[in-house]
Amino acid sequence: MSIEDKDTAPPMEAHGILTQFGTNVIHENLDFRVEKGEIVGLVGGSGTGKSVLLNTMLGLKEPEGGIIRYFGRDRTELTKEEREAINNEMGVLFQGGALFSSLSVRENIMVPLREHTDLPVPLMRELADMKIHMVGLPAQSATLYPSDLSGGMKKRAGLARSLSLDPKLLFLDEPTAGLDPVGANAFDELILGLREAMDLTILMITHDLDSLYTICDRVAVLVDKRIAIADTLPKVQEYDHPWVKEYFGGPRSRAALKAGKT
Amino acid sequence: MSSNSNSSPAKYVLTQEDRSITFRPNGDWTLDQVAAIDPVLTAELQALDYDMVYYDFTDLGELDTAGAYMFARAVRIGPGQRHFWVVTEGTKGQQTLMQAAADAVKGKPPVVDRQWYDSLTRLGKATERFFTEVFETLAFIGKFFAVFFKLMLRPRQIRWNSVVSLIEEIGLNAAPIVVTLCFFIGAVIAYMGASLLASFGASVFMVDLVGVSVLRELAPIITAILIAGRSDSAFTAQIGAMKMRQEVDAMTVIGLDTFETLVVPRAIACLVSLPILTFLGMMSGVFAGMLIAWTGEIDISPVLFFQRLNEVVGVKAFWVGMVKTPFFAVIIAVIGCRQGLAVTGSVESLGSRTTQSVVQSIFAVIAVNAIFAILFYQMGI
Ligand SMILES: Nc1ncnc2c1ncn2[C@@H]1O[C@H](COP(=O)(O)OP(=O)(O)O)[C@@H](O)[C@H]1O
Ligand SMILES: [Mg+2]
Repeated sequence: MSIEDKDTAPPMEAHGILTQFGTNVIHENLDFRVEKGEIVGLVGGSGTGKSVLLNTMLGLKEPEGGIIRYFGRDRTELTKEEREAINNEMGVLFQGGALFSSLSVRENIMVPLREHTDLPVPLMRELADMKIHMVGLPAQSATLYPSDLSGGMKKRAGLARSLSLDPKLLFLDEPTAGLDPVGANAFDELILGLREAMDLTILMITHDLDSLYTICDRVAVLVDKRIAIADTLPKVQEYDHPWVKEYFGGPRSRAALKAGKT
Repeated sequence: MSSNSNSSPAKYVLTQEDRSITFRPNGDWTLDQVAAIDPVLTAELQALDYDMVYYDFTDLGELDTAGAYMFARAVRIGPGQRHFWVVTEGTKGQQTLMQAAADAVKGKPPVVDRQWYDSLTRLGKATERFFTEVFETLAFIGKFFAVFFKLMLRPRQIRWNSVVSLIEEIGLNAAPIVVTLCFFIGAVIAYMGASLLASFGASVFMVDLVGVSVLRELAPIITAILIAGRSDSAFTAQIGAMKMRQEVDAMTVIGLDTFETLVVPRAIACLVSLPILTFLGMMSGVFAGMLIAWTGEIDISPVLFFQRLNEVVGVKAFWVGMVKTPFFAVIIAVIGCRQGLAVTGSVESLGSRTTQSVVQSIFAVIAVNAIFAILFYQMGI
């Protein structure tokens, strides 16, 4: 792919997506795009298909209709090598962390490096330790196994693994769910810091209103099987849809808004 | 990486003034570049003596974490210590990245080093594990019987729904394979007996051979081994997966006894299924023997076959075979469940526990069968 394309084209773009399981239609005529360098929050009720949309955008699931473009290129037209190159530009933090339970944290982070680079192993180990440090895990956790980690630590370790190849595009599925407020705030800070340091584009599925208010540039709302609106938070709050009104008008939202403003 | 084709190689200029050095990188410092530059840079830095590092990123192209980590090599002195450093020219992003890298080289990551006595330690641990394993299995069997008899007094508390579905899984679904396998075994015994005994002119004794071996030993043991392999792995994997996802913990907290809900239904299902399967196996094995006797060269008619079977083998061999099956059933169920409950968080433990469960139960079935053989011999049965 040429440099010009890569610098200007949106890293990820979905157009006219149709997803269904049997007769159960999850997405219909869904349009969505993520611009370079922004943090987009994706919200929607439970079971509306946010995780499924993420899988579709990652290429884990082929949609029944519509096209996905990465950096301006249609996914179906990519060669195997191009596809692999683009996959290396994407990092994912799955909802449950999805760490390999038979490997230590450090080995988990080394897996992508082993697979896609030919660095000497000691250097890989050092780079893995740097990622462990960057996501705010104590150095001792390098040799721990996932079953020995707390929920928040698992998320951080999963994030460290998703960053190991220095991706351009990062997908996060409910990164702060299940974290205590302090931990969640720290995680938000971390994401902001990483974006600045690593020039990331981030799409995060979240239910955490604090995250939406503090770190997201745009908020996309998944209702009625499509992205009804994807815009800055004030505009999304104005949007006329019962679910959106309820979501942003609720007591939790007002509290978060107040906290975000002060 | 997609930027491979158009990235320029990482280079740098190092200059020293008094006790400070200036590091001026150019080109792209990215993951695919660092392997080549690392040894050169590290060697050069080690030769220098300085207290302060200035970074000038004016000519720097792309930078990622791996590149920043290389830069940070200049500030590392030893564990927990580093030189002073300043980024004189560079964007905010580059500075942040540099900060992260410099902080990272400060912390001392733990290293696992191997010792010469590690293998001895492992040997000792394995021995210890063997004894605790035996001890714990016995303790588990004890606890099982305590709960089992308690439940027998109050049969309404038994989870009959799951018992029935387990019987379908363990018994009904295994019936075809048990019948087929015992048919083959019976046929093989019959052929061997026929050809061996024919040389003594005593082919009719093959009926005794088939009857005794199939009814007394082969059908019970083949069925038990088959169920041990088939259902034990399933028990361990099911319960182990529940353990991994904390379902077992949830049950305990809710007040469900894991023995009552998981172990006892499986044991009852095995207790019901195994005798029936063994019976089917016996029938199939004997039937195979009869077919071979009838159609083979020795030409013993079915009527004659059953007459002789009745006279010399009798119903005793059948009962001797049958009486063992409840013991096998309990062994299989208990070992499978115990290994499942012993699974810890990792996928590896699930795998090793499943293997252990199958190996242990087959071992136990054969060992118990041998004990029965000695016992019956001593009793003159
Ligand atoms: N593999 C699957 N087969 C059938 N239905 C599925 C499958 N995966 C998800 N679904 C359905 O898709 C819907 C969206 O699920 P999901 O994306 O996980 O929701 P959420 O927005 O909470 O992440 C749910 O109704 C779920 O039942
Ligand atoms: Mg989800």
